[in-house]
Amino acid sequence: MSENKLTAELISFINEWKNKQGNLIMVLHKVQEHFGYIPREIAFEVADLLDVPVAKIYGVVTFYHLFKLTKPGRNQISVCMGTACYLKGGEDIILDLERQLGVGLNAVTPDGEFSMEAVRCIGCCGLAPVMTVNGEVFGSVKTAQLKTILAKFRGK
Amino acid sequence: MKFTRDTLKSHRSGLHAAQAGTTVLVGMGTCGIAAGAKAAFQTLEKAIADKKLKNVVLKKTGCLGLCFSEPTVEVKNANGSSTVYGNVDAALAERIAVEHLAGGKPLTENVYEQPAADIFNQSASPLKQTRIVLRNCAVINPEIIDEYIARDGYAALEKALFDMTPDDVVKEITDSGLRGRGGAGFPTGRKWQFTKNTPADQKYIVCNADEGDPGAYMDRSVLEGDPHSVLEAMAIAGYTVGASKGFIYIRAEYPLAIERLNTAIAQAKQCGLLGEKILGTEFSFDIELRLGAGAFVCGEETALLTSIEGNRGMPVPRPPFPAVKGLWGKPTVINNVETYAAIPIVLLKGSKWFSRIGTETSKGTKVFAVTGKIKNSGLIEVPMGTTLREIIYNICGGIASGRQFKAAQTGGPSGGCITPEFLDTPIDYESLQAIGSMMGSGGMIIMDEDDCMIDVTKFYLEFTVDESCGKCAPCRIGGRTCYNILDRISKGKGQLDDLQKLKDIGHAMRKASLCGLGQTAPNPFMSTMKYFEEEYRAHIVDKKCAAGKCKEMLTYSIDAEKCVGCTACARRCPVSCIAGEVKKLHVIDQSKCIKCGQCFTACKFDAVKKG
Repeated sequence: MSENKLTAELISFINEWKNKQGNLIMVLHKVQEHFGYIPREIAFEVADLLDVPVAKIYGVVTFYHLFKLTKPGRNQISVCMGTACYLKGGEDIILDLERQLGVGLNAVTPDGEFSMEAVRCIGCCGLAPVMTVNGEVFGSVKTAQLKTILAKFRGK
Repeated sequence: MKFTRDTLKSHRSGLHAAQAGTTVLVGMGTCGIAAGAKAAFQTLEKAIADKKLKNVVLKKTGCLGLCFSEPTVEVKNANGSSTVYGNVDAALAERIAVEHLAGGKPLTENVYEQPAADIFNQSASPLKQTRIVLRNCAVINPEIIDEYIARDGYAALEKALFDMTPDDVVKEITDSGLRGRGGAGFPTGRKWQFTKNTPADQKYIVCNADEGDPGAYMDRSVLEGDPHSVLEAMAIAGYTVGASKGFIYIRAEYPLAIERLNTAIAQAKQCGLLGEKILGTEFSFDIELRLGAGAFVCGEETALLTSIEGNRGMPVPRPPFPAVKGLWGKPTVINNVETYAAIPIVLLKGSKWFSRIGTETSKGTKVFAVTGKIKNSGLIEVPMGTTLREIIYNICGGIASGRQFKAAQTGGPSGGCITPEFLDTPIDYESLQAIGSMMGSGGMIIMDEDDCMIDVTKFYLEFTVDESCGKCAPCRIGGRTCYNILDRISKGKGQLDDLQKLKDIGHAMRKASLCGLGQTAPNPFMSTMKYFEEEYRAHIVDKKCAAGKCKEMLTYSIDAEKCVGCTACARRCPVSCIAGEVKKLHVIDQSKCIKCGQCFTACKFDAVKKG
């Protein structure tokens, strides 16, 4: 048995959306909001509740960048790689974080503390380069600040 | 309460009568908050309460467009004058409260010019920028519907419902010359006309808020600063074409915009401006949000509709166009956020007023997000036909750090570059196309001599390859092949016939790809090859990258004459490849060097050489 179970809140959300056309992506957003990713066993349950094949859910999850099939770290770091951030050194931030965390993009640190991904433009180009940790936006990031930023979230 | 026509009018004049004394506006879009606007807001809030300042209203609002100086605070004095402060941290906010608000003496430092004229304020002097689409951003609190109503909000919907037939609305929009602001520039009036003339039991209005172009955030600013303008325009579109349901397809990467849209929709429903029997008429219209999930191709209209239906966002061939067969097979109007935001003004001020602004073929204003190596990056709204020189040097303060301007990329991954020789080209749909770029959604990335065109082109192509949905071969295979060629060139392994190969494949992709993503994916390299052929040749023949961006071609070395042995470079080197003792010459081990450039920036004696 896995520890992942659909909560009552999720079930009621799915039932509320069940009869609306084009509900799958909205339901998957809600599931990912709760678990941090789309667990396999949950995908099967959602398939039953919405009466769609699991293959369709897999197809949708793998098409869109935001949906994850594996559990991310407790703190999710997203480094923006939009054009403005790229020109102003977004890549250096990724390289420096790799060195500090010991893992590369789309991987979780062994202690489960951090995971890092490169994301598409988050629309704060005026503050490039930009990164977010758990949705909190940091602008005009310099590699020298990364230690402090990581320390702010580590173990919290 | 649910408004009728008369109660809405009297409510609006009541709001006008209740004008406050001094208003303090704190720009709190995503970027303002990231820059620290919350601290400024809280400090001002506390100071105003502590000092018991009367007749001072503190408001959170959208983006003023001065991204380079966020957080921004604007103080509008009772006498109509206003002061804009930039880079307001808690300490400066405290001083503004003490000296300006309580003491009546505006500060002299951190003051910026008012960026744009207010189109509702007839007496205001004309400025470089005219804010039509952004008319309410940084003026109203986007979370309070009354503030929108006070600025003639929902007056255009009222005018359409009571004083105009659907045909009148189509004529007004057509006469105004408004064209799609998503980038393609299709006349909006004609689009509505097609949908209106297609008979169906159910029609839909869709707003494309999937602003995927990297370096563009016009739509985010409109939705975060003035969400009601989009809702109102969608309701007008619904009335015009005979649709009762609308969807806003918005990127999940814009949480604040989503939150403010949800608030706005709930408030509009409460006031009877959305939902059943709007303003007491027989017209009903409802709007729902649908979230994207991080796929650039979903900005393409047919892919977007497929995604709203809950599927993988893959484009389908056109025709049939969405106006005939769109969402769930029904006729659908699909416009971009910026297009909708202009609609209420077109109806209120009339097509004649609107079409006076702009050029012969491109009417109105365009919002640009100017970023990159520009001194004052920001969000600007200028009349169509403004030149690039005007934007870069007059509005945005020129190139940062005094370097030479090299190129501006418009239209994101689907666009091309504009070189210095075209600085005086008036910016409109046709003239940009003529020089091999495109209007696109409004992202404008400024590059200087330190940027390598091959590197930037590779970046864009990597983006389109990654975002290609894979449905059609020209885009899926062509894009990947071209990326591999560019990658080779950037690593010093290119050959001269690569340029011809890129042209051939690019040509095939333009002709044979299924949707706009594949058709426009070659634009970045087609345009850079045209204007920067020498740079390509330097990479291929001389194996040199003048900008020093292509790392594979770089070597860092230490000049024995200049090195004083301060060890700064060795301490900064992440892979410890610099050897040398204190006060002795340092040497870089080329076999270990990862070319990160840390030593170059660390050296204060100009001893580290790049080349």
